[in-house]
Amino acid sequence: MTRTTATGSIALAVVLLFTLGTLAAVFWRAEGLSGFGTADWAALRFSVVQATLSATLSILFAVPLARAIARRRFRGRGLLILLLGAPFILPTIVAVFGLISVFGRSGIVSDLLRLVGLEPISIYGFHGVVLAHVFFNLPLATRLVLQGWLAIPSERFRLAASLGFGPRDIARTLERPMLREVLPGTFLVIFLLCLTSFAVALALGGGPKATTIELAIYQAFNLEFDLGKAALLALVQFALGLAVALVALKVALPSGIGAGLDRSVTRWDAQTQMLRAVDAALISAATVFLVLPMAMIALDGVPRLFSLPASIWWATLRSLGVALASVLVTLALGFPIAALAVKRRGRLVEGIGSITLAASPLVIGTGLFVILFPLTDPFALALPVTALVNAVMSLPFALRALVPALGQIEADYGRLADGLGMTGMARFRHLWLPRLRRPLGFTMGLSAALSMGDLGVIALFAAPDAPTLPLQIYRLMAAYRMPDAAGGALILLASSLALFWLFDRGGRADADA
Amino acid sequence: MLTLETTIRNGDFALRADLSVATGRRVAVIGPSGSGKSTLLAGIAGFLDASGRIAWDGRDLAPLPPAARPVSMIFQDNNLFPHLTAAQNVALGLRPNLRLSRVEETRVDEALAHVGLAGLGARKPGQLSGGQAARVALARVLVRDQPILLLDEPFGALGPALRDEMLDLVAQLARETRATLLMVSHEPDDARRIADEVILVADGTAYPPVVTAEIFANPPEALRDYLGD
Repeated sequence: MTRTTATGSIALAVVLLFTLGTLAAVFWRAEGLSGFGTADWAALRFSVVQATLSATLSILFAVPLARAIARRRFRGRGLLILLLGAPFILPTIVAVFGLISVFGRSGIVSDLLRLVGLEPISIYGFHGVVLAHVFFNLPLATRLVLQGWLAIPSERFRLAASLGFGPRDIARTLERPMLREVLPGTFLVIFLLCLTSFAVALALGGGPKATTIELAIYQAFNLEFDLGKAALLALVQFALGLAVALVALKVALPSGIGAGLDRSVTRWDAQTQMLRAVDAALISAATVFLVLPMAMIALDGVPRLFSLPASIWWATLRSLGVALASVLVTLALGFPIAALAVKRRGRLVEGIGSITLAASPLVIGTGLFVILFPLTDPFALALPVTALVNAVMSLPFALRALVPALGQIEADYGRLADGLGMTGMARFRHLWLPRLRRPLGFTMGLSAALSMGDLGVIALFAAPDAPTLPLQIYRLMAAYRMPDAAGGALILLASSLALFWLFDRGGRADADA
Repeated sequence: MLTLETTIRNGDFALRADLSVATGRRVAVIGPSGSGKSTLLAGIAGFLDASGRIAWDGRDLAPLPPAARPVSMIFQDNNLFPHLTAAQNVALGLRPNLRLSRVEETRVDEALAHVGLAGLGARKPGQLSGGQAARVALARVLVRDQPILLLDEPFGALGPALRDEMLDLVAQLARETRATLLMVSHEPDDARRIADEVILVADGTAYPPVVTAEIFANPPEALRDYLGD
């Protein structure tokens, strides 16, 4: 079992090197910090304010939506719940493109406004960033709150019905206590995701009024090559992330990978026409809000699919390569750390493994750049570095899937395997691998999709002639070549979903109970 | 001979055992639930920390990891890996990496035939009945051929007739392999059926074995409380 300790420690060291090591590298090259100027204060303020607002709005809409889904049975309910899981693996740039097609100056909403003689709206700036974040996180929040609702035993609702409780009584005695438990963790997760947002701010924000710290790091590095400033911003970003992560330690974070959401709760108190109409309206509105941008990508993308420039197809191949490499690295890091976490039974190992949840890919990228710069041409290593950073960033999700599963395997079969002398490779091949197929398939699908759609580090290392697909789409959008961008977005959307589906299916196929 | 002069620790719980079991004896371990019956077996098998001495024929087992001890163990459940075939589950008793020679493969087939499962080696546990699954675990005990056999309430999920059938098979295998058998059970009838002696576990102590007929004829107070008559 010392091999477990050794490989696990090496994997942890790699993670620490990528997170804390790169931060140190930025400092070392910065030779002192530049002053924290007005623009930097603005970026800090914007990051916190937009993250707070995004998380608040997401939860505000998610609570009634989750309640409606929990207490209603309707056709397509399972599909809607599946759809609520999709934004997690949806490439940011694809979603942004879809949102622009709906809410942009020449989008559907603006067209309708023009019809009735009103001014078209713009999606760029503060409200655009918040809109995109709500689009991404409303589904996540809804799933988490829905889990809370379905975790209330149905006997309690039956008891409430037999006691003649009305909706208010049920809210007071059953629902509000549940929400008090679920909402703080949900808020924190979304706050953290929005705080480190880069691609959304890059595409929809910018300028002094809508720049996140991540975007400011990118600009300090890419436009001004001011490492001192980048280092200072990196420190602020890291401290902010760490602070939230520390708060999160006190609050139970929801797991997000919920199963069994296909149940619905019979609610005798909610059978009035009024409540039915309200729920139906909520569910319809949410479905339109989520589906419309995706449908627009298909509508805009399909016509151009067969006349796309070759550069998009090359970019697709590059992205696929990066995604598959990232899957391998995720497993190479995740497996040893999960094994060590199960062996030690401590939360420390997992905590260190999850430190990347608070770390920022832009900080990691900047650090890697200053480390690599004296040694070699960092731009030539853009793709491998992207794959590595993507892998590190998907590690928290991998650990969240692998650690409990491996713990259960060891609890069920550990003694049997110990008694038979199954150690090392024998245990790995004949116990862990076959029994971990489902969580492994899920992990591989998730990390492939996340990497395929990532627009973060690659923007930093941007080799002009070798972009990944998300970067290529961003460049096309920035050059106002919207039809080509739409075609690329459709390809990216399809390949991300296909990668996730293939791996996840592979893990489920003929797995023994 | 199995000699125990030890305190076995399982979290906050400690079980004291000063006793010895003669080679080839079949011993039932009985006592109230939570008294530490399973702790005793887990200590002998090497899954729990034990101070003092646990020795087999004078050799101290304390420094040995579970797989190196002269012990085969059958647990309450999860005795088979559901993703491996019956034959592979048996083969693990010979080679943990499943790389078997021809001779070893023949031994696996023979063991399966011996427990009445000839021709079923290719099935996975999900395709076997509860009784058949128990027989696969016993076939593995057979190929491992260790001098000590520990059973931790292994047939609790089986019906009474099948359970008696399994107990008889266990007794037969123990005779054939000359194994020393320790079997945890909460059914006094199990003990009467196959055990020469009984170890009573109560109040944090495993008492030395007493001949089965004797202990039931004249039960000590802890056993009387447990039996309830």
